[in-house]
Amino acid sequence: MKKERRLGSRIFMGLIFLFLYAPILLMIVFSFNDGNSNVVWQGFSLRWYEQLFHDRAIIQSVYTTLLVSALATVIATIAGTFAAVGFYSMRRRTRSMLLNVNNIPMMNADIVTGVSLCMLFVAVFGLWNEFAVNYRVIINLFGTKYRITFPELSLGFGTMLIAHITFNIPYVILSVGPKLRQMDHNLVDAARDLGCTWMRAFFKVILPEIKTGIVSGALIAFTMSVDDFVISYFTAGSSVSTLAMEIYSMARKKVTPEINAVSTLLFLVVLFLLVAVNLREARQAKAQARRNYGTVHHGAGSRART
Amino acid sequence: MKTSRSLLAAPYVLWMALFVVAPIVVVVIYAFTSAGVTAAEVGDFTWSNFTGMGIYLPIFTRSFQLALIATVICLLIGYPLAYAMAKEGPGFQRTATVLIMLPMWVNFLLRTYAWMAILENNGLLNQFFQSVGLIDLVNHILGTDMAYFRMIRTQGAVVLGMVYNYLPFMVLPIYSVIIKLDHSLLEAARDLGADSTGVFRRVIFPLSLPGILSGVTMVFVPSVSTFAISQLLGGGTHMLLGNLIELQFLGGAYSPHLGSAIALVMMVIVVICMWIMNRFGEGEEQAVVL
Repeated sequence: MKKERRLGSRIFMGLIFLFLYAPILLMIVFSFNDGNSNVVWQGFSLRWYEQLFHDRAIIQSVYTTLLVSALATVIATIAGTFAAVGFYSMRRRTRSMLLNVNNIPMMNADIVTGVSLCMLFVAVFGLWNEFAVNYRVIINLFGTKYRITFPELSLGFGTMLIAHITFNIPYVILSVGPKLRQMDHNLVDAARDLGCTWMRAFFKVILPEIKTGIVSGALIAFTMSVDDFVISYFTAGSSVSTLAMEIYSMARKKVTPEINAVSTLLFLVVLFLLVAVNLREARQAKAQARRNYGTVHHGAGSRART
Repeated sequence: MKTSRSLLAAPYVLWMALFVVAPIVVVVIYAFTSAGVTAAEVGDFTWSNFTGMGIYLPIFTRSFQLALIATVICLLIGYPLAYAMAKEGPGFQRTATVLIMLPMWVNFLLRTYAWMAILENNGLLNQFFQSVGLIDLVNHILGTDMAYFRMIRTQGAVVLGMVYNYLPFMVLPIYSVIIKLDHSLLEAARDLGADSTGVFRRVIFPLSLPGILSGVTMVFVPSVSTFAISQLLGGGTHMLLGNLIELQFLGGAYSPHLGSAIALVMMVIVVICMWIMNRFGEGEEQAVVL
């Protein structure tokens, strides 16, 4: 009876995984279709991939996505790490209050974060532009008159970058914070007593302790940035677009196998990364287990590794 | 020394003031004022943005209904799945977790788009139904004359999109709570005479409540605020709150004041959700950090 139940639960899991993967697999299959249909198979071809690589808008949007994600990740990781160190040397009350504010972008629905940032930018730029249009500074320099006009500001890459940094930092703090809490704070004091400057103590003592937290924070931040659609959609204005925005506008207009090609490529990249990370982890876990039980067979170990 | 170190947080505190707190203040100001003379100005204080929301009541109820249905379905599928996963061996568990997470890494627009091709009137699912004779059978029984089942541009399609996109958010927190359950508790319950349903009902289920609550919020909040899923799978005919907000900012009906008011309402909804979760979670740590 126990076996039957186990079989039942496996069938159930299989069905759910089928539900999760069937649409993605169909997309992959039809990305190689030689017709512009998502339904009728008309033979194998790579034409949609070819078209994809000649699509200026898509290539540009991939570039924008990677650029904004990379910049936001670097800035958010550095700022978030410093902020976390700062937070954890504050009094408990102040810290928990600041952490609550820090949690707002993570808690809020994406659309609310996007819309509120959009409102802020529009309101501030509105005031600024009114000023910029009406005022000019005229400088008389060596007899020549220079007229300085203020540039008008509008939504674009800069505002999108600010938005990405804003929603990334909380994730960095969230993954660095626990490491700081686990750390023995006497270590820092010891380093200071032994003559370390503050900066040296930070780099020599704190940083090595929280390194894993920083790395995982940066990874989460990067994934969040690449995956984001809603917040970018509201803060990017009409001049720049990320890959997700491009896909949204394409899917809204018509069904095209070009999107299948995009998703196939993205899926393969993700699959590769995830499998690589997991294989490594599995191997490490296995090695750890072997070490723990003292049943290391060198031959078997090296065979497993090849 | 301690104070000097806490100064490290100063830039970020300033950043939060500018880009986390100030935007909310702007939204609140816009929500309670009327349109000004120029774009940069705001008008007088007014409640009209909120009182005028009455005509959108159907959209509010529809959003809540669909998000609630999607959340319940996710829970009904997600809990047994997480439970079944937790009962398997470690190798199976690792693979299953990766399989659950993998679709999450594919942008949700692409996942939603995949369903468009399947649910179309002449899409794959309808072709399949046609070929197995299901459509003819239904026509025969009901005496109708359908060439296809209408699936896309229905509320059902929107719910399907929500379930498909957010199911992992339900499974993972529940799974991570169940997997950490103390096995001696289960043994104790069994020793004290509980049968397997008793163990589940009185020990496992109550202890996995934090995971359930975390999953429910993680599915409900994005579901109630989505605009892309309803746009792509609902064909724009079944407006949700998200679509309504989008319309006020980027769509034809440009009205940031009304849009802010709706966004504020949504913020309150999220706060209420979090409050409920914290209350029932009884100070348990957030079940999972993805």
